[in-house]
Amino acid sequence: MGSLLNAGSVGFVVIAVLVLTAVGFVLTKRKALASVSGDPRQLHSLPNYYGSFAAMVIAVPALLLTALWMLVQPMLIQNAVIDLIPAESVAEGSSVNLVMSDVRRVADGLDVAVVQGAMTAQAAVALDANETDVRALLADVGVALGSEVSGPVLAAAQKYRVLTARGTSTMAIVVLALALVGMLAAMRISTGTFRARNMVERGILALLILAASLAILTTVGIVLSMLFESINFFRMHPWTDFFFGGSWAPNFRGDSDLSILPLLWGTLYISFIALLVAVPIGLFAAIYLSEYASNGVRSFAKPLLEILAGIPTIVYGLFALLTVGPFLVSVFGRGENGMLGVEWMSGATAVLTAGLVMGIMLIPFVSSLSDDIINAVPQSLRDGSFGLGATHSETVRQVVLPAALPGIVGAILLAASRAIGETMIVVLGAGAIARFSANPLDAMTTITTRIVSQLTGDTNFASPETLVAFALGLTLFVLTLGLNVLALYIVRKYREQYE
Amino acid sequence: MTDMPIEDAGAGARPRKGSLLTQDARTRKRNRAEARFKAYGMIAIGVGLLMLVILLTTIIGRGTGAFQQTFLTVEVELLEAKLDKKGNRDLADIKKVSTFGYAPLMRAAVEAKVAEIGFETDLKPKDMANLLSKNAAATLRNFVLENPDMIGETVEFEFLTQSRVDGYLKDRVTRASVANDKNISAAQLDLVDALVADGSMEKRFNLDFITGSDASDQRPEAAGMGVSMVGSLFMMLVVLALALPIGVAASIYLEEFAPKNWITDIIEVNISNLAAVPSIVFGILGLAVFINYMHLPNSAPLVGGLVLTLMTLPTIIISTRASLKSVPPSIRDAALGVGASKMQSVFHHVLPLAAPGILTGTIIGLAQALGETAPLLLIGMVGFIASNAPETIGEGLMSPNSAMPAQIYEWAKRADPAFYERAWGGIIILLVFLITMNAIAVMLRRRFERRW
Repeated sequence: MGSLLNAGSVGFVVIAVLVLTAVGFVLTKRKALASVSGDPRQLHSLPNYYGSFAAMVIAVPALLLTALWMLVQPMLIQNAVIDLIPAESVAEGSSVNLVMSDVRRVADGLDVAVVQGAMTAQAAVALDANETDVRALLADVGVALGSEVSGPVLAAAQKYRVLTARGTSTMAIVVLALALVGMLAAMRISTGTFRARNMVERGILALLILAASLAILTTVGIVLSMLFESINFFRMHPWTDFFFGGSWAPNFRGDSDLSILPLLWGTLYISFIALLVAVPIGLFAAIYLSEYASNGVRSFAKPLLEILAGIPTIVYGLFALLTVGPFLVSVFGRGENGMLGVEWMSGATAVLTAGLVMGIMLIPFVSSLSDDIINAVPQSLRDGSFGLGATHSETVRQVVLPAALPGIVGAILLAASRAIGETMIVVLGAGAIARFSANPLDAMTTITTRIVSQLTGDTNFASPETLVAFALGLTLFVLTLGLNVLALYIVRKYREQYE
Repeated sequence: MTDMPIEDAGAGARPRKGSLLTQDARTRKRNRAEARFKAYGMIAIGVGLLMLVILLTTIIGRGTGAFQQTFLTVEVELLEAKLDKKGNRDLADIKKVSTFGYAPLMRAAVEAKVAEIGFETDLKPKDMANLLSKNAAATLRNFVLENPDMIGETVEFEFLTQSRVDGYLKDRVTRASVANDKNISAAQLDLVDALVADGSMEKRFNLDFITGSDASDQRPEAAGMGVSMVGSLFMMLVVLALALPIGVAASIYLEEFAPKNWITDIIEVNISNLAAVPSIVFGILGLAVFINYMHLPNSAPLVGGLVLTLMTLPTIIISTRASLKSVPPSIRDAALGVGASKMQSVFHHVLPLAAPGILTGTIIGLAQALGETAPLLLIGMVGFIASNAPETIGEGLMSPNSAMPAQIYEWAKRADPAFYERAWGGIIILLVFLITMNAIAVMLRRRFERRW
């Protein structure tokens, strides 16, 4: 909450910069026109460009500096304050970072207390941990703390508050000064011969490049965020056990077995069943729609199959849990009451449940990708085959499909990558037990399910049980990336170049 | 080669016996294979469409029940002695009476109703009042706080009944299952039958399911989607405000201005990779960067919106690039010909012409983002009971909330058939939103599409 107060003062700075921008726009435009005695035809660019130039010069450096400052300031302040925490204050089994977050919370709470009027600003500075119960004081204003506030922690929190306030006010002054300097410089340079439009267009190009590089930034962010935590995890848990161990059994005692192999098996098994369902149905549907179907049937069936692709995966997950699961149990389980009279399946969540539903979800994926690829095979090949007397199905089987094979293999790999990364269907439809079993009627868990359960549980964030989720996520990312790259490579390498 | 003797026409060639119009065995076999192949194709399409039909009928069949809820109409005497002891109609005093104070009034009301319909029973008034939802006292209290002048009068009130009663009327709860159920007994079910026969207890359309807030485990009858819909709305606003400008800007750069070098190649490869990354990885990114590093509030729609922006960006970029590519080069050349700069030709001429395609792609991207659940699980939007609708935009963005798919998942986790029904109902609402958005996108595309 205190960080929101900080955000409030940052908000003021941003609004001030924006106001300056608007003022600068108007003033610069007026100055440019005045420099040519009011005749816009004498200007190099349209008058608005002069105003836009001023706006860019004022707003962009100032806002960039604000963003950078707000990103860097907490780190610098943390480094300065962390020295104040004596080593004895760090309790057993805790870490300096946890104490640091306590310090932050106390500092924020004191800010909230001052804002709400529970104490004056001077009283907040003069607090003594031994005299007042700071924890109760903060609880009164709605800030919950996990433990009592000790002397060093309070001192650190006070220093944190002071440094943050000082930093924010310095930033406000510097940013506003920068904006003013920008405005004066823009006004000075805006005369009739100044090539304002070129400058503005260069600035817009820079913004466009920034937007395009956000894609790279996202990928880098994904990899780095998972990499750091994974490294932390591998410091606590041997990587040989993670990649080559045999069981997954997290517990609170600290000696958990955390191996990816059972999860990988579950993931691959479910994806295999999903592909077993989706590939034949999707491929044959695509062949029929592109080769045999009349225009009417095609315009009717294709959109309907696309609807299957647009349904959110939570719907499929619920469908698996509440409809397909009980149906399969009634067929394969329940002893004498079931359809087959066997007791093979005990619970509704099983590999078969999740696999079947995931297959249904992947049908339109495979179908539309294959459809595009089959359509891309030139008609001349088909005509040649017909000319030799082949039936339509023989043409498809022996000419069209081999020609389209690289693309179809690429489509299957993409579908496999989608199946491996799917979360909601397996969270609801597969089980939570990690095991190596070849029985599709057993419950088995997957990588994605465990990521969700390890990160949403009540475990301590710095424990290996929680950090393993980042390692799992990194493995999953690399796996799906590898499949996608492989699909692209196969398509590119083996694709026939027709005319 | 008409002078070639027929005897040399290939080894093993025999003159055909019979007419060309009758098929020999091999041709028949091949034609049968052809018919089988065609049949496989039709079966495949049939299976796909059958799955769609099964899915839709399951959703509609199981979900429409959630829109109806059982209510009991009774007359409640708002005794001044219990509600406003001092008689001043002072709101501060009336507020001091908690829901415990209202319980005796409701017990009396139900007892009076039972006597009115002439039903003989051994049930104690407490058990009779147990037919009502645990939420009922709160609704009565809210009514009294809003209309303090009604104290002392007798008001006819419609109370929500508890989920077992509702389940009995919807055939979820049967006489056989109440034997082990501690929430309801067979005698109470007899009372329910009598009240239904009298007409004071009935199932009717429940608007609170669509507009209300979520409720705790004990009160599935009071759970609603309204607050999570608001959370989803704020997330979509964030996605629209961020993903559309950034996506269009990136596409314009890649399509119009980017030189053909390795940096551009890397950017394009990155975008197509991001489109195929599993959604849970974006959730991990959101957790690590937005929550742990930037300390944004947990479960806030702002964080959800930021994560979904990153997920929707590749979709918008791909569809915007397609729209920009479809504008013919003659437009650009004509703009350059009358003296515009490259930037002006793009922004003043190409972009407006590509706008319908961009809009369609954005709406489809938003529809995909609306249904995403996995990343929201990791940033904390599940396991949270969305009970208060946010009042201001700032509060809407920063205070913890849920989203529609996350709410559905939360209900599915509670393992109560009453909540399962509500999950299906929530799915119906979600699908209505999605169908509307997709229909708007298709209509826009049909209306504004230009064939160059």
